[in-house]
Amino acid sequence: MTTLTLAARDSRTMLRRNLRHLQRYPSLTLMIIGIPVVFLLMFVYVFGGTMGESLGVAGEGREAYVEYLVPGILMIAIAGVVQGTAISAAMDMTEGIIDRFRTMSISRAAVLSGHVLGSMIQTMLTLAVVLAVAVLIGFRPSAGPLEWAAAIGVLAMITVAMTWLAVALGLAADSVETASNTPMPLLLLPFFGSGFVPTDTMPAGLRWFAEHQPFTPFIETVRGLLTGTDIGNSAVLAVGWAVVITVLGYTWAMRSYDRGVRSR
Amino acid sequence: MSTTPADSAIRAVGLRKSYDAKVVLDGVDLDVPAGTVFALLGPNGSGKTTMIRILTTLIAADGGDVQVGGHDVSRAPAAVRQAIGVTGQFAAIDNLLTGEENLRLMADLHHLDRAAGRRRVAEFLTQFDLDAADQTPATYSGGMRRRLDLAMTLMGDPRIIFLDEPTTGLDPRSRHTMWQIIRGLVDDGVTIFLTTQYLEEADQLADRIAVLDGGLIVAEGTSAELKRLVPGGHILLTFAGSADLRAAARVLPDASADDTSLTLRVPGEGGIRSVRSLLHSLDESIDVTDLTIHTPDLDDVFFALTTRKAG
Repeated sequence: MTTLTLAARDSRTMLRRNLRHLQRYPSLTLMIIGIPVVFLLMFVYVFGGTMGESLGVAGEGREAYVEYLVPGILMIAIAGVVQGTAISAAMDMTEGIIDRFRTMSISRAAVLSGHVLGSMIQTMLTLAVVLAVAVLIGFRPSAGPLEWAAAIGVLAMITVAMTWLAVALGLAADSVETASNTPMPLLLLPFFGSGFVPTDTMPAGLRWFAEHQPFTPFIETVRGLLTGTDIGNSAVLAVGWAVVITVLGYTWAMRSYDRGVRSR
Repeated sequence: MSTTPADSAIRAVGLRKSYDAKVVLDGVDLDVPAGTVFALLGPNGSGKTTMIRILTTLIAADGGDVQVGGHDVSRAPAAVRQAIGVTGQFAAIDNLLTGEENLRLMADLHHLDRAAGRRRVAEFLTQFDLDAADQTPATYSGGMRRRLDLAMTLMGDPRIIFLDEPTTGLDPRSRHTMWQIIRGLVDDGVTIFLTTQYLEEADQLADRIAVLDGGLIVAEGTSAELKRLVPGGHILLTFAGSADLRAAARVLPDASADDTSLTLRVPGEGGIRSVRSLLHSLDESIDVTDLTIHTPDLDDVFFALTTRKAG
């Protein structure tokens, strides 16, 4: 077998391991899927009436807000999954199994891609459930097959970026507790962007931040593809941010892996 | 060193490692012939774990030449990893997988085919007495966790095995089980490098023992050779009263008396003949309440060699 097929085999083994972890804790998976669904329902039924009125678009308040809200909730869903990814990467590190892997002749990329592939699958599942619930409560995307394909592609790209970042955060954390906190900003960033309200209603400083952080182009691109709003240069920015975050996360994760378990 | 490099499983020359300003290994030379058991003995913080981490490619040395299985650890880490198996101080097992799944994971990572992997996993479950293999390690005893850990290490049939304090924290029964397993490995001809802070463990298992202290190997040899390094053999006599003690001390000028514990320490190797002649030399009226024979053990070696720097 060549090095490449061996690496692919190791990645599959590691993916199986990560999927088994999920299987062992179905409650965790349920919670990870449940949180964005609860957010969706809460924002639509609690705040939706008022929020929709003030969006100033045609249609009834609540229905208009569902259209607006879904891309932001999808980001929350991704951020929720990768929080779990950071925790499981940190557990590998603190329990010392990373050191076992490092003394074996397996590629380091294989160990980490097990985490990444595992949370990709988890994210796609979560996004599908969130979208299905959204459709049930009145989300009517205008996207055709091509737009859907593009939207899925963009969401996958964002997930890859966030997952590598989360693996890096998890490996770099000195404890599992830290790892459960460090990805928290990812959960908040959609709020400080165009996820829940348009950025032009925000005060100047916050608005500048909202318009220049990665989640706003992520959200605008997905929103444009699903509901036909203007995308502008958001797509280019979204791809750029995703690539930058992926490279950063990947490099940082590899460095942390090479450094290994800190001596106790 | 009498062995040629070709016979060496592990060889280190002038190995150095510091963390910031703290020197952990200060020029260590080692040579472990293939098929032997080598024990690295040292107090906590003496650099044993650092040594293992360098030999197993986990961290890089600052200087020196290190070969494991005939390969340079810094230039050919992949080849070294092919040859070794490592069991660390803390059981490196996946706590979310069952015991059996942990072993299967190792079988897959060693690229055993399905049937061979399954066979070997079943074999190890019996051999290592892992009867709760369908449960996650959360329910395991300390000894069982270690056995699972070791079984995972052996899944790839390593020729050189590193055991970092393999029995620290285990109860005596589990410790003896581990020793039996380790002796079994020796019979299969693998090379074992173990660290321990238990002298008895080194005595029981190792062909050769090196004592690491202050970043240096302060002594090396067989257990018998090391014991010869320190004069620790004596016969300890305890007396009923200080008058008895003084009377005995007059007859035995070589002995050293301790007035508070009413004991007399008589140097000697403690054979039957010397005990008999010792007792003969004491008058009937001297009331000896107790006699213990102390032969030099590795404890004496350990304390004599590793406490010099302290203080």
